[in-house]
Amino acid sequence: MTIRVGESASAPSFQKAALPLLDDSQLRKNVRHATEVIQRKRAIVSEEIPDWQALRSAASQIKQRTLLRLDEYLLQFEAACTAAGGHVHWASDAEEANRIITNLVRRQNANEVLKIKTMTSDETGLNHALEQAGIRPYETDLAELIVQLGKDRPSHIVVPALHKNRSQVREIFREQMNLPDLGDSPQDLTDAARRYLRERFLRVKTAIGGANFLIAETGGVCIVESEGNGRMCLTMPDTLILLAGIEKVIPTFQDLEVFLQLLPRSATGERMNPYNSIWTGVHPGDGPQNFHIVLLDNGRSPILADDEARQTLQCIRCGACLNTCPVYRQTGGHAYGSTYAGPIGAILTPQLQNLQHSQSLPYASSLCGACYEVCPVKINIPEVLIHLRGRVTREQQSSLKPEAVGMKVVASVFRNRRRLETAHRLAQIGQRPFVSRGWISKLPGELSAWTSVRDIRAIPGQSFRQWWKETHRDAR
Amino acid sequence: MRISLFITCYNDLLFPETGKSIVRLLERLGHTVEFPLEQTCCGQMHYNTGYQDEALPLMERFVQIFRDSEAVCIPSSSCVAMIRDHYPKMAASTGDQVLIRAVHELLPRVFEFSELLVNKLGLEDVGAYYPHRVTYHASCHSLRGLHLGDIPLRLLRKVRGLDLVELANIDRCCGFGGTFAVKNSDVSAAMLAEKMRDVENTGAEVCAAVDNSCLMHIQGGLHRQRTGIRTVHLAEILASTEEAVSA
Repeated sequence: MTIRVGESASAPSFQKAALPLLDDSQLRKNVRHATEVIQRKRAIVSEEIPDWQALRSAASQIKQRTLLRLDEYLLQFEAACTAAGGHVHWASDAEEANRIITNLVRRQNANEVLKIKTMTSDETGLNHALEQAGIRPYETDLAELIVQLGKDRPSHIVVPALHKNRSQVREIFREQMNLPDLGDSPQDLTDAARRYLRERFLRVKTAIGGANFLIAETGGVCIVESEGNGRMCLTMPDTLILLAGIEKVIPTFQDLEVFLQLLPRSATGERMNPYNSIWTGVHPGDGPQNFHIVLLDNGRSPILADDEARQTLQCIRCGACLNTCPVYRQTGGHAYGSTYAGPIGAILTPQLQNLQHSQSLPYASSLCGACYEVCPVKINIPEVLIHLRGRVTREQQSSLKPEAVGMKVVASVFRNRRRLETAHRLAQIGQRPFVSRGWISKLPGELSAWTSVRDIRAIPGQSFRQWWKETHRDAR
Repeated sequence: MRISLFITCYNDLLFPETGKSIVRLLERLGHTVEFPLEQTCCGQMHYNTGYQDEALPLMERFVQIFRDSEAVCIPSSSCVAMIRDHYPKMAASTGDQVLIRAVHELLPRVFEFSELLVNKLGLEDVGAYYPHRVTYHASCHSLRGLHLGDIPLRLLRKVRGLDLVELANIDRCCGFGGTFAVKNSDVSAAMLAEKMRDVENTGAEVCAAVDNSCLMHIQGGLHRQRTGIRTVHLAEILASTEEAVSA
C-alpha cells in the first residue's frame, strides 16, 4: 500500500524547496504579516483564560486516553452515527477514500459538488480524483477558493492562502471571475466571493466536508468555521459527505467543552468560532437527507503503535505551531511539500508515509521549542522530531554516509579523554590554512554552508583544559 | 561550596575564556572549583541529529564522572536541557536500574551557570563591573527548555557600569539549531538576518547570552557584516571587576 499525502511523494527536499521561497520577498512579507497578526491575537485570548494550562493538560489527556482505545471509540462512533441515520465508510488509504466519495457523488447523478474546507481531502488529493471522474468541486471557504482559482497549493492548514495578500487575491478574482473593475478592499473581495459562491450554494445539491471532532458517544460530527460557508454546505444540500481522519474521534459530547475553548483561541485568536455546527445523522425535513462519513486511516494506524510518536495524532489542526515557528516564518508552507506544513507537518507527513518520503522534514527545525509551548494539546514536537531523526538515521540511511561516519568518529573521540586532547591539538594546528587575522571565512565540504554567510572565530591556541592543566598543577 | 565545572565540548575548544571567567568568578565568591579532566561531551549533537546510539555512552560517561559532585555548573543551557530532558529517558531505555537511579539522583545537582548563581547560591549582585552597552539574547533552551525567565537579566541589572538595552523579539530563535545551521543553511541564514537586525537596532556594543553556541552563530553573522558588535557569554561579564578593567 502506498500512502499519499498530497503531493509529498514527488516533492523536493525541504532545503531545495525553501530556496525559491526565500527569494520571494512578497511571499515572505505576507507570511510574516499574517502569522504575526494571528500570534498577537492568540496571545491575548489565551492569556486571558486563567486555567489555560489546565485546559491544555486536559485536552492532552483526553486525546491520549482516546488514542489508546481508538478502535473501541471508532466502533462506538460508527454505531451511534448509524443509529442516527448516517452511513459510515472505512477507507484504509487515500485511493479508497477518493473512490468511496466519487461513487457516492455519482450515485446522486451529480457532476458538481460544494466543498467545505477540509485539509484531509487535500491529503487524499480528492479534488483531482473528482475532476478525473468528471465532477467539478467548488471550494467555498474563501481561502480555499483563492487557492483553487489561483491554481495554487495551500500553504497553511487553517489559513490556506496566507501567502497571498489582498492585491494578489484581487488579481486572481479579476481574472477568474471576470471582474475587470474589482477593487482590493476587504468589502470588494468579500462581495465578489459571495456573489460567486451564492449562486452555487443555491444550485448544487451535494456537499463534501471534513470534521473537527467525531463524538463517539452521540455519533455527532462537529465542524467549526468562521465564514458561514460551512453552515450553508451542512444545511442546504440533499447529500452531505464528510471525510475525517480516524484520530478525530473524542469520547463524549462534554469533551467538546475543552476543545471548543482551545481550538478557536489557538487557531485564529477568536474566543469562539463564529459558526459551530454539530451534525448527527439525518433529521426528516431538516438538512441533508443523505449523510455519509468516510473514516480515513492512510498511514495513521502505524503511528498509533509508536509510543514516542503517538502524540502526533493528538493534533487538532489549529495551526498555532505554524504561526509561531521561526522556520515556517521564513519559507511559508510550500517548502514542506505536503498538505501539512510547519512543525506539525514536519512530524506528521513523514510518519504517514512510514518515512518512505519527506525524510528531510524532521530536520526542518532548529528545535527551538516554540511549537511545543503553544500547542493546545501539548504535542512535544521537538521530542518527536528528534525521535524521527533517529529513525531516519537508523532505518533509511547508509551507515557509510559521510555524516554518519563523521558522527561515529566524533563520538569515539568523545568516549576517550586522550583522544579528545589529541583532537584539540590537531584542530588547533589543522585550522591554520583557513585562518586569517583570527577569523575563518571559508570552510571546506559540508561546513562551507556555515561560512556562506557567517564567519567563525579561529580556535584559540589554548583550550580550556590546557589552561586548567597549566594553572592547576594538581589536576588529574 | 565545591562546584564541579562541566565546560561542555565546544566551550572547551572554542570558548576557553568562558570557562576561565567562571573559575575566576566562583573562586572570587569563595567557592572551590573542580574540573574533572575525564569529561568530554554530553552527547547533545549526536542525540539531536539522530545518532542516539552514539549519545548513550556519552551520557553514561557524564553520569560516572559527576555522580559524586556537590553541584555541577554548566555554561550552556542547551546541554543542561539535553541532560534534564533526555537523560532520564535514555537511562530508562537501557533498563539498567543502577544507571536510572544515578541519573535521578544527579539531576537535582545539575545547574546552568546563571541558575547556579541565582537559584542555588542565592546571588544577584556578584560585584561585577562592565562599562558597556549590552543587550541580552535569550536562547531557546534557556527560555523554553530550562525556563530561566529573567534570571540572566537579574544578574545583568546588578552589574555596575552596564547599560542594559532590551532586545526586540527576544523569544525568537536565532537560527542556529546545531546541525540545522549547516543542513538548512539558507533558512538558518534568513533567521539570523532577522536576529542581527534586532541586535543592531538596540545600539548595543555587546550581545550577551548564556549559550556560546547561539552567540557563535550571531557573532559569525555580525562579524561577516563588519558591524563591530561583539558577543560575550554572561560569565565573562560577571567575572569582570573594576580592578580588572582598570588594570
